[in-house]
Amino acid sequence: MVFFSYVISGISLGSVYAIIALGYTMVYGIAKMLNFAHGDVIMVGGYISFCAISYLSLPPLVAVLLAMAVCTVLGVVIEGLAYRPLRQAGSLAVLITAIGVSYFLQNAAQLIWGVTPKIYTSVASFPLPEGLSSLGLTSEALVTIVSCIVIMLALTAFVNRTKMGKAMRACSEDKGAAQLMGINVNQAISMTFAIGSALAAIAGVLLCSSYTTLFPTTGSMPGIKAFTAAVFGGIGSIPGAFVGGLLLGIIESMAKAYISTDLANAIVFAVLIVVLLVKPTGLLGRYVPEKV
Amino acid sequence: MNRLKKTTVVDFATYIGVTIAFLLVLGCQKGGLLTNAMNSWLVPICCFIVMSVSLNLVVGISGELSLGHCGFMCVGAFTGIIAGMSLSDVIPVDSVRLLLAILVGAFFAAITGVLVGVPVLRLRGDYLAIVTLAFGQIIKDLINCLLVGYDSKGLHIIFNIGKKTVNDLHLEAGGVAIIKGAQGAVGIRKLASFPAGYLLVMVSLIVVLNLVRSRAGRAIMAIRDNRIAAESVGLSVTKYKLMAFVTSAALAGAAGALYGLNYGSLVSSRFDFNTSILVLVYVVLGGLGNIWGSIIATIVLYVLPEALRQFDAYRMLVYAIVLILVMLATNNEHLKEMLGRILPGRKEADSDG
Amino acid sequence: MAKEFRRGKMVPVPSHSIVPERDVNRLPVLECQHLGIDFGGLTAVDEFNLTIGRTEIAGLIGPNGAGKTTVFNLLTKVYQPTRGTILLNGKDTHSMTTSQVNQNGIARTFQNIRLFSNLTVEENVKVGLHNQIRYPMWDGLLRLPRFWKQEKLAHESALELLSIFGMQDLASHEAGSLPYGAQRRLEIVRALATNPSLLLLDEPAAGMNPSETADLMENIVRIRDTFQIAVMLIEHDMNLVMNICEGICVLNFGRIIAKGTPEDIQANPAVIEAYLGKQKEA
Repeated sequence: MVFFSYVISGISLGSVYAIIALGYTMVYGIAKMLNFAHGDVIMVGGYISFCAISYLSLPPLVAVLLAMAVCTVLGVVIEGLAYRPLRQAGSLAVLITAIGVSYFLQNAAQLIWGVTPKIYTSVASFPLPEGLSSLGLTSEALVTIVSCIVIMLALTAFVNRTKMGKAMRACSEDKGAAQLMGINVNQAISMTFAIGSALAAIAGVLLCSSYTTLFPTTGSMPGIKAFTAAVFGGIGSIPGAFVGGLLLGIIESMAKAYISTDLANAIVFAVLIVVLLVKPTGLLGRYVPEKV
Repeated sequence: MNRLKKTTVVDFATYIGVTIAFLLVLGCQKGGLLTNAMNSWLVPICCFIVMSVSLNLVVGISGELSLGHCGFMCVGAFTGIIAGMSLSDVIPVDSVRLLLAILVGAFFAAITGVLVGVPVLRLRGDYLAIVTLAFGQIIKDLINCLLVGYDSKGLHIIFNIGKKTVNDLHLEAGGVAIIKGAQGAVGIRKLASFPAGYLLVMVSLIVVLNLVRSRAGRAIMAIRDNRIAAESVGLSVTKYKLMAFVTSAALAGAAGALYGLNYGSLVSSRFDFNTSILVLVYVVLGGLGNIWGSIIATIVLYVLPEALRQFDAYRMLVYAIVLILVMLATNNEHLKEMLGRILPGRKEADSDG
Repeated sequence: MAKEFRRGKMVPVPSHSIVPERDVNRLPVLECQHLGIDFGGLTAVDEFNLTIGRTEIAGLIGPNGAGKTTVFNLLTKVYQPTRGTILLNGKDTHSMTTSQVNQNGIARTFQNIRLFSNLTVEENVKVGLHNQIRYPMWDGLLRLPRFWKQEKLAHESALELLSIFGMQDLASHEAGSLPYGAQRRLEIVRALATNPSLLLLDEPAAGMNPSETADLMENIVRIRDTFQIAVMLIEHDMNLVMNICEGICVLNFGRIIAKGTPEDIQANPAVIEAYLGKQKEA
């Protein structure tokens, strides 16, 4: 039974990674950039919902929606101000700018909310039936896992079925051609950042609900891990991010339980390296050969 | 031959420039013009110059994005500390021991470079970036689990998974624990000095610049510019990518050893992802492939946040904004065009950097 | 300049070959037997049999998408063939990498120019000389006398090679900033610098005006004569192909549909059909 509870907590953690990784992977797919500020949007989502609940006494659901709205706007603004002017520039320039944005968000948060961690009250706390909780399932884990699955399905449907989703896919294949077909590339990229940031807000709320502390660098490590998850599953692929996130969460949870807490991160990264060496484009990534 | 002579002149100008800067600072130091805080910057600045120059070899010259350069610095720092401390009875002269520690640091970092580079360098672009990032994290975590001490019987090293402590090293009376797991290295005797830092900077400049101007350097840059064409003219891509990567790792290891021996204690989290990124920022702002740029960017960007300490809460915010604005400005087509008109010789100078 | 030629390993030239008379009794520089490659389920090249003589200028022509560049990629091992063998100077290239194939004698240019665009013209050629003029890494790091000697040699050789196309004056320009025609010529010089026995040119005249093309034709023949090497070229300019190629091989849908001298090819109904379509039965 103990083993089972580790699996549950692994899946729950993995679901958070998966939600963040979905945002990462979509942004990478379309903008071909590593958005290192993504992790800090999670943190902002956490703080906004925290303020909404603690200071404004709003109901949890409204707080989540507010956090999503704020993060969506934030994501679009970041893209428009910092990344859009660099669309023609080299990938390194964009990477450094993303890092600058990340520093900015962390330090702004530190100025506004201070360095001391905030104690976050879970937004997803409710009593579970006896049978479930004896398996080691918490209400937070349940909500996290369910929301991850819902988000993943909704996102897949959106990308495959809707006009906007198709436009986004077209842009990620070939921006020039998409533009010639009458697709508004800027709009599609903004949309991607909006969705990714909204997801980050949800991830922030879920993450803080499970771990209950919140500080300005809360988002950094989950951000890096989720990025790893996205690469693990094959960056640019939505099912890949989902699978990668879940696997990463389970591996981390198992490593913590059975090997060493200190080495859990190292093990996660070691598994990533091994996977990439065997399959250089990740689990579900596509290999695009270079044309000669 | 013309061009080679010209670049040789540029290289020597670099060496002389660095030497003059060193002498000036040394003069100020001797004259008591530097505050204590400023004195404490000198060795780290030298270390970070070596870091950015060596990272430039990978990112600018070889064209591979590495996000884990500090992993090599970390290896160099801790192996260097072990060498520097455990040999204190055998080699009483500080400067010789420092030199040896730096060599040991460089050697182990180079070995790590080979171990990481051989499998990893066949990955391309962003995948290589993420693997180097992962590697940097792994190194940091592994060193966190290390217990090292020495006594008359030699070195004792155990790898701590679980609850082992320094007592498990079973050191004799009079033995010294060097690395205490998550506490890091403690009780380090400071061997580093500013002149040593200057010498290390010079050595790494000579290595990097001479490598770049040689047959091997041309091969490395050719592979960066066009891998397939480079293969088609008979270059072994793996060999030259590895050469750049390992050289860079060795220099980073040397810098790490000097850095480690500059403090009384050191934890491995000093060499985390953020520090790697910091060095990358130096390289990118200094200009890819531009060695001069790396040196200047390192000095300015190291001193700036330190000097802004009085604005404490706002300084990192300002730093972030400056970073974003600089990236936006340097990649702005209109601005570039304008600069090109004002400074007609700029492009030429850049390519020589 | 030509690679060592061992009489003992001589293979008789197959009867279907179009090797010029002067090369008939010499080891062919290249021999492809039943060469083929599949991409997924698609057969891109199949049953490619060809022999190229020591000093032959051969042409590889065919409509767009016929698989001409794929053949070049197979010969240089950018792609690993699915079937068949390639004998380069009598040696099987099966286990060689692209760079080893080059070291064994094949140099090439690319349809979409691939220069080292941030290096200077001279440096591009020196990269080509990489395996001809060598010194250990340490000599470079420490700038020992051998470094200076070999670099001087590389500089002189590079200028000499550039003089083939009269490009010495461009030596210190950045390769990426050259005009299109000069870039194509530089690619040829760089390929020649690797001391090949077979030079593969992928559409060398693309984007050149008629007078540039005429110069190029002269130069290709001159290169063959001076270096005594074989040249194989892919080209859509029929004037160039028919004038300088001694043997021509026509590819359509990945298969050879005709082989022969320019006269044979011009009269071949299958070739005319491939280029112009089938004539309606009257």
